[in-house]
Amino acid sequence: MKRWARMVATLGLTATTIALSSCGSDAPTRPLTIVGWGGSSQDAHRNAYWTSFTKTTGIKLREDTWHGGVGVIRTKVIGGDSSWDIVQVETEDLILGCEEGLFQPLDWAALGGRGAFVPSAVHECGVGAMLWSYLIGYDGDRIKGPGPQSWADFWDVKRFPGKRGMRKTPKYSLEFALLADGVPPAQVYPTLRTASGVDRAFRKLDALKPNIVWWSSISQVPDLIGSGEVAMSVTSPGRLIVANQTEKRNFKVSWHGNIYAVDYWVILSNSPRKAEANELLRYMTRPENQMRLPTFIPTGLTSVEAGKRIDPRYKRDTPSDPANMTDALALDGDFWVEYGDQLTQRFNAWVAR
Amino acid sequence: MTPSISVQPGSVRATRMPRRWWTFALVAPLLLFLLASFIVPVLMMLSRAVTDHELADSWPKSAAALSRWDGEGLPDDALARTVAAEMLATRQAGTLNRVANRLNYDVVGSRTLLYLTADRMAAGAPGNSLADLVRIDPRWANRTYWSAMRHAAGPLTSYYLLASLDRRIDADGNIAAVSREQAVFVDIFLRTFKISLVVALLCTMLGYPVAYLLASLPERRANPLLILVLLPFWTSALVRTTAWVVLLQTNGVVNGLLEQAGLIDAPLQLIYNRLGVYIAMTHVLLPFFILPLYGVMKGIEPSAMRAASSLGATPLTAFLKVYLPQTMPGVAAGAIIVFTLALGYYITPALVGGGADQMISGSIAFYTNQSLNWGMAAALSLLLLIPLLLMVFAGRTMARTVPA
Repeated sequence: MKRWARMVATLGLTATTIALSSCGSDAPTRPLTIVGWGGSSQDAHRNAYWTSFTKTTGIKLREDTWHGGVGVIRTKVIGGDSSWDIVQVETEDLILGCEEGLFQPLDWAALGGRGAFVPSAVHECGVGAMLWSYLIGYDGDRIKGPGPQSWADFWDVKRFPGKRGMRKTPKYSLEFALLADGVPPAQVYPTLRTASGVDRAFRKLDALKPNIVWWSSISQVPDLIGSGEVAMSVTSPGRLIVANQTEKRNFKVSWHGNIYAVDYWVILSNSPRKAEANELLRYMTRPENQMRLPTFIPTGLTSVEAGKRIDPRYKRDTPSDPANMTDALALDGDFWVEYGDQLTQRFNAWVAR
Repeated sequence: MTPSISVQPGSVRATRMPRRWWTFALVAPLLLFLLASFIVPVLMMLSRAVTDHELADSWPKSAAALSRWDGEGLPDDALARTVAAEMLATRQAGTLNRVANRLNYDVVGSRTLLYLTADRMAAGAPGNSLADLVRIDPRWANRTYWSAMRHAAGPLTSYYLLASLDRRIDADGNIAAVSREQAVFVDIFLRTFKISLVVALLCTMLGYPVAYLLASLPERRANPLLILVLLPFWTSALVRTTAWVVLLQTNGVVNGLLEQAGLIDAPLQLIYNRLGVYIAMTHVLLPFFILPLYGVMKGIEPSAMRAASSLGATPLTAFLKVYLPQTMPGVAAGAIIVFTLALGYYITPALVGGGADQMISGSIAFYTNQSLNWGMAAALSLLLLIPLLLMVFAGRTMARTVPA
């Protein structure tokens, strides 16, 4: 009988623990949650904003990471899961999510007015977090002398033998293929809007396909280049520059034909902590705070005043330096909103063949 | 069960019945747990492969009207009006995305069409007839969009299962192959079976001698070797796969050793291709073959082999005629376990394979986590489950027919 009693007691205790711990995950008691893209970008945001935000306001933060895709947010909001509050999103996810009411429209007056930011960083539902580019990155210790100077060089495996790292998405891959095929930057999206233009991009990708190593998370890129697994890779410059500083690497980037874009902060419409989320957004967009970010990772700034006051040496590896942007192409978010599903379907089938 | 009981004397039956209930009561908690945490959720998930409720839930009147429509020609104005009204209402309520995304799976571009049309109507454009809709966007005169809506009206659908086989129902209601550029799943299914089969064969060839060695050595020496088999068995597959990345990469350990030994001049491509998948998957799954076979071999009396020798059989004949047949249940069990586990692999091919080495679980994961199209995920899972069940059934039959 005694044993039975003990067992019942144990069971009761277990049940109580489970009940208590499941209470713990309830929305109102979890800390404000911010979702970034991991790796050195996330580290930079933590160092520039999040640690000091918690120190000054006492608001605790929880971090998560993701790799984009509005579907993920759609499931969270529609499915009633409210484990995320603030998310860093790409342009087309911002447009789609805002249209579908997944994001909270922002209080621009509280953020200092729309005029306080560069125009591309202002959207009904999102404020620019970083201004950055996708371009060619390589290891200066492995490719000595003149490195790749264009996307045609990226495609040229005779002159630069070795594998190529590319992001496993049609976005960026198709644009770079057309640039490599000789399409001028201004004609890339008009060409992609035609069926023959899409075929042309896929044909160009076909030529490089045996040499492509696909990555899904940008934090893989420094490893792929650093280990020599790929000779060069599509990358954003920040992560390589950070690796140069912290790991004494000799990574180099080529700005020719880069595609630049803005990442945005959004607040999910079902966030139970909108007031705190807004406070964090205000904190991260204040010029004096934003000026700290480029000291941790090279990035263009979205606050006009921060861009003026920042030491010019922090602009060197960013889209804010005009010398980098002579033949650059702006990512067309509207194009990807319209054609994203269709091209993703075709791209996934093409990759799997 | 019943006939065997009925031939037994009544007294035995009476004493056995309560005991059977007692045993059932003992396993009941586990059964209930399995039912609630495994069987019911799996069935609920799989039911998404054949049900369609997004459109019916958001646009109930349109769904009813679409089901009544015969699908010939273009719809009449009454149907167009109903669809337009509910389109506008759901746009304003913020729930249009459910229908828009469902239709976009089938006909890409539907999403943009619905949002554009709803926004134009919200801005004052009339939507009272088919002609009104065509004035907003000429695509409404294309029957493809209307028949896609009709097929999505539910409650049952063949869309997901057909799409998993690279087929779709065209505007005329016939089953047709999707365009060559979009056809992908049949290839991936065949590839999944091929990889699993090759891995099962490799495990058999590599695992049989190891199991034989383990079973024939005295325990004192077999145990340390057994630990070597078990150690990777207890390590997570992710860790072991990542270790293979370190070993196999272009400037990795294997290429370094081969180059130092002067066997190769340039690094071999051992990873991000099919070879890497075979190597890593065979290693990860090898213990699942060795352990059941070892168990069977341990149970074989050594006296049988001695008897064969004393009757004049050569060692090879004795092995082939006496030992090998007795180990077959273990070989079959091990190979089937490896094959079925391999069918569901996706972490290993994702990390050490290239784009053309991905298996069907990778597609299921893509639809579950990335594109959030759970209907497709369920349909692909269902199609993977059917051959899996056949395998298990075949395995049971084989184990029974092979002499133990």
